[in-house]
Formats: sequence, structure tokens, C-alpha cells
Amino acid sequence: MNRSRHSLAIIQLLVITLILAGTAHAARISEITETSIGEQALRFFTFQDRSLRYALLGSLLLGISCGLMGVFLVVKRLSLMSDALSHAVLPGIAFGYLWNMTRDPIAIFIGATVCGLLGSGVVQTIRNTTKQKEDAALGFVLSAFFAVGVCLLTMIQNLPGGNKSGLDQFMFGQIAAIGKTDLYLLGGVTFLVVALVVIFYKELRATSFDSAFSRSVGIPSSFFHYLLMLLLAFAIVSALQAVGVVLVSAMLVIPAAAAFLLTDRFATMLVISAVFGMTTGSIGSFLSFVGRDLPTGPLMVLTAGTFFATALFFGPKHGIVARWWGRRSRALIVRRENALKSLYRVMENDDFQRDFIIVEEIATQRSETIEEVSKSARTLQKAKLIKISHDKKNLTFTATGWRRACEIVRNHRLWELYLTRAADFAVDHVHDGAEEIEHVLGEDIIRKIESELNHAKLDPHGKAIPGWEDISAPYTTPSSPTAS
Amino acid sequence: MSSQDPLEVHDLSVAYHRKPVLYGIDLTIPAGKLVGIIGPNGAGKSTFIKAIMGILPISSGWVKIFGESYSKNCRRVGYVPQRESVDWDFPVNVMDVVLMGRYGKLRLGQRPRKKDKEIARECLEKVEMLALANRQIGTLSGGQQQRVFLARALAQESDVYLMDEPFVGVDAATEAAIVTLLRELKERGKTVIVVHHDLTSAKEYFDSLILLNMRLIAYGPTEEVFTSDILQKTYGGRLTILSEAVTALHQDQKS
Repeated sequence: MNRSRHSLAIIQLLVITLILAGTAHAARISEITETSIGEQALRFFTFQDRSLRYALLGSLLLGISCGLMGVFLVVKRLSLMSDALSHAVLPGIAFGYLWNMTRDPIAIFIGATVCGLLGSGVVQTIRNTTKQKEDAALGFVLSAFFAVGVCLLTMIQNLPGGNKSGLDQFMFGQIAAIGKTDLYLLGGVTFLVVALVVIFYKELRATSFDSAFSRSVGIPSSFFHYLLMLLLAFAIVSALQAVGVVLVSAMLVIPAAAAFLLTDRFATMLVISAVFGMTTGSIGSFLSFVGRDLPTGPLMVLTAGTFFATALFFGPKHGIVARWWGRRSRALIVRRENALKSLYRVMENDDFQRDFIIVEEIATQRSETIEEVSKSARTLQKAKLIKISHDKKNLTFTATGWRRACEIVRNHRLWELYLTRAADFAVDHVHDGAEEIEHVLGEDIIRKIESELNHAKLDPHGKAIPGWEDISAPYTTPSSPTAS
Repeated sequence: MSSQDPLEVHDLSVAYHRKPVLYGIDLTIPAGKLVGIIGPNGAGKSTFIKAIMGILPISSGWVKIFGESYSKNCRRVGYVPQRESVDWDFPVNVMDVVLMGRYGKLRLGQRPRKKDKEIARECLEKVEMLALANRQIGTLSGGQQQRVFLARALAQESDVYLMDEPFVGVDAATEAAIVTLLRELKERGKTVIVVHHDLTSAKEYFDSLILLNMRLIAYGPTEEVFTSDILQKTYGGRLTILSEAVTALHQDQKS
């Protein structure tokens, strides 16, 4: 919940930015002369020139469409498909240019889309009619189409006037060159993607998760698959001017993959991915703008990569740091509970005559120094499980500590008994397993084991198993003279 | 009233990559039966039920559900796919999956209604999974995952249920729960068809058996068809010659 509210705030911020961008005073591109990075940054944040506003709006739009489509690629395990598709569109760009020898965005859009769909059609055909698997087919289509495209582009560059075609920008993207028509295309595609994902959310999610089941309930699975592929082609082609052929698939896959690390819900994943897409898109264009001639695609991808790495390390549930922290705290709990258990045993050794434990006795029994025992006693006291007397010679359990100690000892002994009785383990084989499982057994399982063992009172070594009445009985503070 | 039978299959053949998997299957299953499909690996058991539902294309023959084509009556069929057929890391929770059982009753683009959520909750209750409704499905045990699939099929409120190996990889408690559930469905007059791999329990669980090995070997009441003779015919080597010959024939046609 919290996380999605967060994303909403980011969206609002971005919308405000957009509105500001629209009202700012326009300056002509030709007015941009050699300036320092600082001045460029100032230009960026005051939205002075139109090319910048176009660039920012364009990168936000492509961030949304690529972010949303990427989610479907990631969950359907089709990430490679986007790479193949984006490389396959290159000849289409060349054909689009050759159509009337200008860089007409519409002609290029159509040419690229047709070529991309042709590419994915070839992949399907190869997979269905030969014994080649999909990865080989993807690899083949990717490189073959790309090779054709590179040859065609080089030929165009060598034509009279061809070196001014600006087609080389399609390789790595140049968002500063984005025009009004490009923007309309991006806007149209993004609108289409958002609208269809919202309308057919249920169907798209169901077919992505379990296409056989979806088909069995009458959802046209293949229709939705091809719809996704068509939208994917649109998203890729409309983003080409900004990101370039080579790296556009990264803008699809990385935000979605980062979002996948952060959530277990599909809708949330869509929102996070779109927001990541918009953020990386605009940061990438900012860097490209500040750095003047730097290509936009690589900068966007680097930004997205930073997001991904951050999610990988610091994601709340699946992040490396969170997992490491979880393991560490589990280990700490286990150590603490083991210490409690040994205190219990010390008390048990003299038949619970006293309700306090002498530090020296623990040290002798565990063959540790007084310092070591005191140190672990201090951690237990910090966790409010025991109390240390003023003279630091005696320990007493708190109510919580006593309950947990009883539970751990009971879990250990019950498990040993269960293994020896129900699973026919030898008595000397059961201790190590019980050492691990005692910390995780829940009440349900314990009650099941107890009834299976007819509520036995003694463990395989003849020691008493603490019962529920021992655990729930309040631990009375001892009346011993030394305890406080 | 044979046209009103829940499932009627006539001369059904299925081919993958032009290699035949099933041929010439004829059978009619009346209402209120608990039917097991058994046969060796690669006999086409899953293919058979997928072909019934049109998930795999049929190369010849036809299938009728209550006398109509599958697509017309798909709402009357509930499906439990094999557990391994989906990606359990998919970002959905238990409730989301069970609600998918209601999708057949909803129009394209229509969101699940309050009533659908109630039904989904009831079905989860029935398989004792309501407490885990908000868990991501990958965090469940194998038995729990199978229960989720069953709850989804129950949420379909169908008359015919097709289940693909629901007992694979589940714990004993889940297996017992599934058997109870199947019998309950049968009592309510539903037809349940289950692909099953374990011969010993097959005899005990089902009142009719379909013995399949690329073609229909036998179909009838369990006590009549569960004979060593028929089992030998199903699992024995005799059919491999037939299958080899047909494969050779098709490869010949292909080249």
C-alpha cells in the first residue's frame, strides 16, 4: 500500500513538471550555442527551449509505454524477444527513409513496424517448422535483420545528401532531435498501450500467467498474445528516435525487472515499472542534454541500470541487503534462544530448587569464562528475556524469557521423541535435527505432534518435556536474597 | 438423450508437428461419474484433455460438451492444469489466481464483481486455504499450490471438471482432501475426469477408467477394465510397433 502511494506521489510530481514544461517560454534550437554544463543544467530546469520540452515529454511517454510493455516481457519470459524485435526493425527504418528520401517519422514508423513484425513472424515460423529452438531462431533473426539494416543504412549515407539523413541517430538514439510528429507518435502509442492495458488488464494478466487455462475459459489467448506483440512493436518503434535500435530493449526490460524485485503484485509492478521508465527516461535525457553530444540511449540505459542495481541490493523483500539482514537476525535469534535453553538446563540440573541461576555455574557447565557468559547474558537482558542481579552473579528469567525457554526445550524434546517414535530414528541420531527445528516449530505442528505421541511426558533421553501448563504458568520472581 | 451427455468424443485425433499423439478416440461419459485416465508416459493423457478443451488443435474428429461445441459450452467445464505448467514466481497472490476461475463468467474487460470475490473466498475456505489468500503463490508448498488450482476450478462452478495430474507432488493430507472433494463433486452430479499416474490408487479412487496409449485401449467401470490383460495391453510393448510404424509413415510424408 505504502509503496503504491509513494509511486502516486512521483506521478503527481512528474505531471506538475510536465505542465511547467508546457508553459515555459520557448527558445529556438538555433539559439543554443556553446555553453557550460551549469548553464545547460539551468536551461534544462527552466525548460527554456522547445527541443528540451519535446525531449522531456518524449522520454516520459516512452518511459510509460516501455515500462508497461516490459512487465509483460519479464513475466512471460520473453525478454529476448524484445531484443530481436528491436534489431529486426533496422531495415524497416532504411526502407521508410527510401520511401520518399526524407526522414519522415510516419514512413519510418510504418516501415519499422512491418519489419519488426516480419522478424517475429520469421522467429515463429522457424520455431514451429524446424527443430530449431526459440533462442537459436531469435539469435538468427536478430543478427540477420540487423546486418541487412546496417548495409542499407550505409548505402543511404553514401547517397548524395545521405550523410545529412540523421539516420545514424537511430542506432543509439538522440532525443534532442525529436520532432513534433515523433511526439505525436509516442503519445499515440503510449495512449494505446495504457488504454489497452487498463481495459484488458484481467485478460492480459490471466493469459500471461496461465494461457492454457485462460483458453479453457474462453479467453482468446492467442489474440491477446499477438496484441501484446503488436503493442511491443509499436512501443519499440516509437522509442527508436530517443533510445536507438541497439539499446531500446533495455528500456523495456530493466525497469520491469527492477519492479519485479520490489513487488509481488502485478498491478503494482506495472505502476512501478512505468514510473521507473519515466524517471530513467527523463534523467537520461537530462544527462544527454547537459552532455550535449552524448547519445541518449546509453545514458537512459545506464540510469535504468542504476535503478535495477539499487532494487537488487536494497529491495525491501527480495533485495540482497534485506535477505542478508534477515539471515543475520535469524542467526541472532537462534543464538539467543540457545542461550536461554542452556539456562533452562542449568536450572533443571538442580531440579528447579532455585529460581535464579548462578553465573559461575553456567560458566562451569558450558566451560566458558565468566566474561563470555556475562556477555551473552547482557544480550539476553537487552532483549528483556532475563534479568542480571546487581552484583552480576545471578540471573533470573523474565516472564517472556521463561516462556520462550520452556517452548524451545519442549520443541527440542518433542521433536526428538517424534523422530524416534514415528520415524524410527535411532536415539543418538535425532539431536542435531532438533537443534535446528526447535526454533521454527509453530503451535499447530506442536499440537499435532503431541496428539500423535499421546501427550508423552518424557523425551527419548528420559528428560521431562515441558507442558503447556509450565509454559503458561507465570514465572514468579524468586525470593532469593541476591536477586533484585 | 445421448446428446445431453456431459462429454462425447468422436474419432478424435491429435498430432504435434505432424507426429500423431492420439488417434481415433471414441467415448461418451455420462453425468455423475468420477473417471480416471491412466496410461504410460507419453500416452497422450494430458493431450487428450487439452484437445477436449481446444487448447491443442484437433486434427480430426469432434468433441461435444452437453451436445454443443466446446467453445459454446466452455463455461460448463472446469480445468485444473498440471502444476508445473505455470510460473509460480508470477506476481499474483492466491486470491488473484482463484478469481481467475470466475473469468469465464465475465465479459471481456469486465472486472470481478463482489459476488465473484465471495465465491472465490468460499472456494478457498473449502480447500482450507483462506488464511493464505494474500500470499504470493510461489511461497506455497506443492500441496498448497495444488489446492489453489482446485479452488480456482471450484470457483468456475462447472458441471464437468478436467484435472491434469492433481495428485502429483502433494502431501498425504492434500491427497486425501482432493479425493474427498472429487467424491463430493460426483455426489452433486458433476462429471470429474482426472489424469492419474498411480495405478494402485487409481483402482480405489475412480468408478470408471479410461486406459489410454495413443489410442483408447479400454473404457468402462473400474472393476471391468482394471484387469491384468487390459493393463498389459496399455502398458505393454505391443503398441510401440504401431506407434513406430505410424511415425515412420508421417516422417515419410513430411520429407
